[in-house]
Amino acid sequence: MAMIQIREALRQAMQEEMRRDESIFLMGEEVAHYNGAYKVSQGMLEEFGEDRVVDTPISENGFAGLGIGAAMVGMRPIIEFMTWNFSLVAYDQIVNSAAKIYQMSGGQYSVPIVFRGPNGPAENLGSQHSTSVESLFAHFPGLKVVTFATAYDAKGLLKAAIRDPNPVVFLESEMTYGIKGEVPDEEYIIELGKADIKRSGTDVTLITWGKQLFTVQKAAESLMAQGIDVEIVDLRSLRPLDHETVFNSVVKTGRAVVIHEGFIFAGVGAELVSRIQEACFDVLQAPVLRVTNRDVPQPYATNLEKLVYPSEDRIIAAVQQVMER
Amino acid sequence: MSQSESLPAKSSLPEISATELTALYRGMLLIRRVEELAAKAYTQRKILGFCHLYIGQESVAVGAAVSTKDDYWMAAYREHGHAMAKGVSPKAMMAELFGRATGCSKGQGGSMHIFDKAHKFMGGYGIVGGHVPLATGVAWAIKQRKEGRVAVVFFGDGATHQGAFFEALCLAQLYKLPVVFICENNFYAMGTPLHRQSAVTSLKFRADGVGMVSEQFEGFDVEVVRERVAAASDFARAGKGPVLLEIVTYRHRGHSMSDPAKYRPDGELDEKKKSDPLAITKARLTDDFGLVDADFEAITDDVEAEAQAAWTFAHDSPIPDPATLYDFTYAPTEA
Repeated sequence: MAMIQIREALRQAMQEEMRRDESIFLMGEEVAHYNGAYKVSQGMLEEFGEDRVVDTPISENGFAGLGIGAAMVGMRPIIEFMTWNFSLVAYDQIVNSAAKIYQMSGGQYSVPIVFRGPNGPAENLGSQHSTSVESLFAHFPGLKVVTFATAYDAKGLLKAAIRDPNPVVFLESEMTYGIKGEVPDEEYIIELGKADIKRSGTDVTLITWGKQLFTVQKAAESLMAQGIDVEIVDLRSLRPLDHETVFNSVVKTGRAVVIHEGFIFAGVGAELVSRIQEACFDVLQAPVLRVTNRDVPQPYATNLEKLVYPSEDRIIAAVQQVMER
Repeated sequence: MSQSESLPAKSSLPEISATELTALYRGMLLIRRVEELAAKAYTQRKILGFCHLYIGQESVAVGAAVSTKDDYWMAAYREHGHAMAKGVSPKAMMAELFGRATGCSKGQGGSMHIFDKAHKFMGGYGIVGGHVPLATGVAWAIKQRKEGRVAVVFFGDGATHQGAFFEALCLAQLYKLPVVFICENNFYAMGTPLHRQSAVTSLKFRADGVGMVSEQFEGFDVEVVRERVAAASDFARAGKGPVLLEIVTYRHRGHSMSDPAKYRPDGELDEKKKSDPLAITKARLTDDFGLVDADFEAITDDVEAEAQAAWTFAHDSPIPDPATLYDFTYAPTEA
């Protein structure tokens, strides 16, 4: 076991896979000579050369499409968006090309490609650099949508995403690239579509993904001190969705709160709440609540910004509310 | 790479023979006849949804295929002609239009999404301009793997105002990718004529902003298309970079089967029909290669039989099994 930063875990995943498979290349803005806007790809140009670690112009629609075309004929591109905010000018490529080509071609052309980069808000970046895009991509059959909180999950999931024969939207966080975690020395892969119970408990199920796991874990400490035994389900994959793990947990606890960044309206949390009430109606002791971003574009000012995200206090209040029933 | 560079005046192809030109004529006639049958099937509601006909533009796809038979092709939603020119069987294509399990895309695609991997026909696409970047990716793979092939991508005049098109040109030129971009300028983006789409009506100039070699020519004569696309594919294949060809053409039908094309000025269609690709090549075969009426009758009969066989095959084929509904969403993950 080594303690490494999440950016290193992601880099190791790409390096190991690129050493194993020559058809993999990394392409995006500033990934090569600049060593990555967030240094995820540091040193990779030196190891793999300019044909496999490729700088692009600021042209997301173009290079996302380039990656998809290359994937159709057997390459395995990793397309980095400097942030997922910028992916929206490539939305047509991901949604109308990558997600649909396997289907449109009657299964003749698969699209083994990973789109990756930081998702969601960082700090004080204003509304155009703070978008959480998961619901925009999880909506579409044909895409897989994967995210993580820990260094261990980052590496194992990215390796699985690179090996997957389908387009994978891989969501990272600018705020957590420097967070360290334990990663085994030996190779491992984490199967896509498997949630992970980050803490076992009996009273209430907290369902989350991405860096909100850390907020949820802090809230859980306070709740435990209040005598509430929480179970934390880290989804890791939003599509495919591991509803079995979610349902089993809710059947055990009878209560659930979904915590995520992004907006409440038609967010992934809405899908979870709907599925939970369909499958677990008879065991639910309270309505399933959601703690999400406030329903406003992200303001810049620090005090307003902090009001927008899920917070420990809001999570604790929601849990207390479902426990009162 | 300078913007003033031009393609060589002569391609690597040999002079055309009577046999070859006859085959090209037959190829164009087959597209014409299959599409006429498709139009009939559409009016009978055997073909549904959108159906965009290529009639009038056949010389472009057929001429382009001569030098790029084993290369990768992508086209937009008016792609029946490109598919057949590339070798897709009329039966498999017609069955796709009919929404049958035997269709080349298994009934999943329809008229706008014809795919045939065996013939490197990588699809028709329905988002105008959206497929142009995909071709740069195919060319990226070709270059990395030193395949010696080119990617050929077809699109209309309407696509040249899309960002995706321009981004694809930028990337292809930056990385010197082996792509032949073929803009089929048929003067109408759906119902909007070119002069109301673009301040610059010579679309080859779109290439100048990225430093790409380009050429504009009329594409009604299949021999001209054959020769100039060969010059472009020679250039791209040799690693000299991508090329933008603006091939001036004209569609005889409306944008789709539901468009009566009333926006055309009176007399324009009749005038353009004088340069019908079939008429031009028929005259050339008659005047310079000695074909006679009996030769053309034999070709017509042969084409008619093949087109009718496609209809019959499509008509008699089974519809997709409902049990296959979920089979084409995700490629199976290896164990």
